[in-house]
Amino acid sequence: MSSEKMVRAAFGNNNVDTCARVCHSPTGYGLSQTFGTSAGTQDFKSVAKSDVIVVIGANPTDGHPVFASRMKRRLREGAKLVVIDPRRIDLVRSPHVEASYHLQLAPGTNVAVVNAFAHVVVTEGLVDSDFVAERCEGYEQWAEFIARPEHSPEAVEEITGVPASELREAARLYATGGNGAIYYGLGVTEHSQGSTMVMGMANLAMATGNIGRDGVGINPLRGQNNVQGSCDMGSFPHEFPGYRHVSDDTVRGVYETLWGRALEAEPGGLRIPNMFDAAVDGSFKALFVQGEDIAQSDPNTKHVTAALKSLDLLVVQDLFINETAKLAHVLLPGTSFLEKDGTFINAERRINRVRPIMAPRTGKHEWEIVCEIAQAMGYPMTYDHSSEIMDEIAITTPTFSGVSFKMLDEKGSVQWPCNANAPQGTPIMHVDGFVRGKGRFVETDYIPTSERSTRRFPLILTTGRILSQYNVGAQTRRTANVAWHPEDLLELHPHDAEVRGIKDGDEVALASRVGETHLHARIDDRMPVGVVYTTFHHPVTGANVVTTDNSDWATNCPEYKVTAVQVRLKKAAERHESSVASERLPALAQD
Amino acid sequence: MENPPYLRLVNEIAVQFTHRPFEESAEVVAAHVRKFWDPRMRGQLMAHAVAGGEGLHPIAVRAAELLQQQTVR
Repeated sequence: MSSEKMVRAAFGNNNVDTCARVCHSPTGYGLSQTFGTSAGTQDFKSVAKSDVIVVIGANPTDGHPVFASRMKRRLREGAKLVVIDPRRIDLVRSPHVEASYHLQLAPGTNVAVVNAFAHVVVTEGLVDSDFVAERCEGYEQWAEFIARPEHSPEAVEEITGVPASELREAARLYATGGNGAIYYGLGVTEHSQGSTMVMGMANLAMATGNIGRDGVGINPLRGQNNVQGSCDMGSFPHEFPGYRHVSDDTVRGVYETLWGRALEAEPGGLRIPNMFDAAVDGSFKALFVQGEDIAQSDPNTKHVTAALKSLDLLVVQDLFINETAKLAHVLLPGTSFLEKDGTFINAERRINRVRPIMAPRTGKHEWEIVCEIAQAMGYPMTYDHSSEIMDEIAITTPTFSGVSFKMLDEKGSVQWPCNANAPQGTPIMHVDGFVRGKGRFVETDYIPTSERSTRRFPLILTTGRILSQYNVGAQTRRTANVAWHPEDLLELHPHDAEVRGIKDGDEVALASRVGETHLHARIDDRMPVGVVYTTFHHPVTGANVVTTDNSDWATNCPEYKVTAVQVRLKKAAERHESSVASERLPALAQD
Repeated sequence: MENPPYLRLVNEIAVQFTHRPFEESAEVVAAHVRKFWDPRMRGQLMAHAVAGGEGLHPIAVRAAELLQQQTVR
């Protein structure tokens, strides 16, 4: 919250953004449009009451192993599982767990699949009519839209690659199998229609009455310990804490009064990709990056690097000299979680206290540095203790009005909303009514991505994570975990390998319309024909050298999951050239 | 010359609403741009539309007109 305040009050603009831009910003948009708030609906233990679990575009055993253990426990007890993913992830079949259906869709066709699910529900009379009549609005128009023949499983089979009969059976299972819960990850959000897909899943949950009680819901599996908290605290350009728009005069007035500064009333501000574009065109001059390695994590590395090099001032506050920090003019020290005194808010909206076990080695908390920068820019911003920041959140944010360090110390943790209406917090959202009043059905037309495979780039690349490394690896590559995953590999189907003369372990070139990188091949029939996969944990591989500027239409979340590529076996001469280039790389990066 | 970012972005929004009536689509697109876009990008879009709107989706052209008229909140 202090960073958001620094930008809006001291910098005097709304150009603040968060790493959720590149992961779950479509969740925020989609759930806000349909349910009225930008967060998942359940607590984690809700899965113990689920009868049918639908996992879409997520790989919980690798990406969210702690929650996955809860989910697997329920699956071992007999809950049914539907996996919707291009790859045959471990959950599809592992000891004591086997999916009833694995819908191996083509990357980029999520919305066609979720519409077909809804088509089955509506046209086969599986709608929870009482729930819809009592709790929702816009149903009739949406039902007419989704019942059209073009949304049927048979009509979309050729596009999605999912057999219509399997999709129908899976949809019937979700609608009639008891408590149906949808869990999803970045395979939903990181698409040109990421927000549309989130709304499509919300439509499906409302139509089947799978909202507002234990065991059901729409559950984003978020990527980091506090990315929910970051979003909650007004880290998007258009929102103050609590997801309230900056153009709301009443809300803005609250902050103007408390912060003693007129705030920018004009809606909007630059999102991270907009900042890159504006840096390249020369109209955006300075950037302050906290704890995010945008040079490695964001798509189209060449463009990002050009943008960062165009800035008059790049300030990085981080634990490590990561790829972004190598380009910085000023490096400010970060603190680890062991030194922090504050809160983390996780994917179940749970506000957890984080207590330091040692004083910051750098001598200052990160928020103290933020305050000093604000003051140096002429804006008085001081706190005596981090608890005062929480107090400021509580008096300005209705969903947090009951929260304080004292309360958290007494209770241990609490899930927002926590206020006079819910003094003990809110484990399950939308129990008696949606936050926006009535749940809103939204028409979700399937629009294919403009990123298409071509003769030149005939394969589709999708990216993801593995268990032993964390995101860009800034933290985990410095540990013994590298023994398990020393490099990013390119997974491809045996057929795609054979026709290219590629053997397991060969070094290959991976090229898209924006760039090319090199890595070793791993031949694996968990991949469907025509789709290749890699992780983005190692900067030397630079998976984002090949990903593009395509993004979700509503939020600009990058379309990491669909990039048209070609793969070829590297020739001996190329291998020599790349080894020379990689030796030069550290020096170039510090130009 | 490569299209400026705002042109690509607004066209990507516009194509999401082609299944709806034209005027309604334009209003939705204009409202989205008004609510979520940076003011300078909105300004670039409106200036581009006034200058002829080359490369803009027809829904985006109409959305820019609505923004220009400030009929969208």
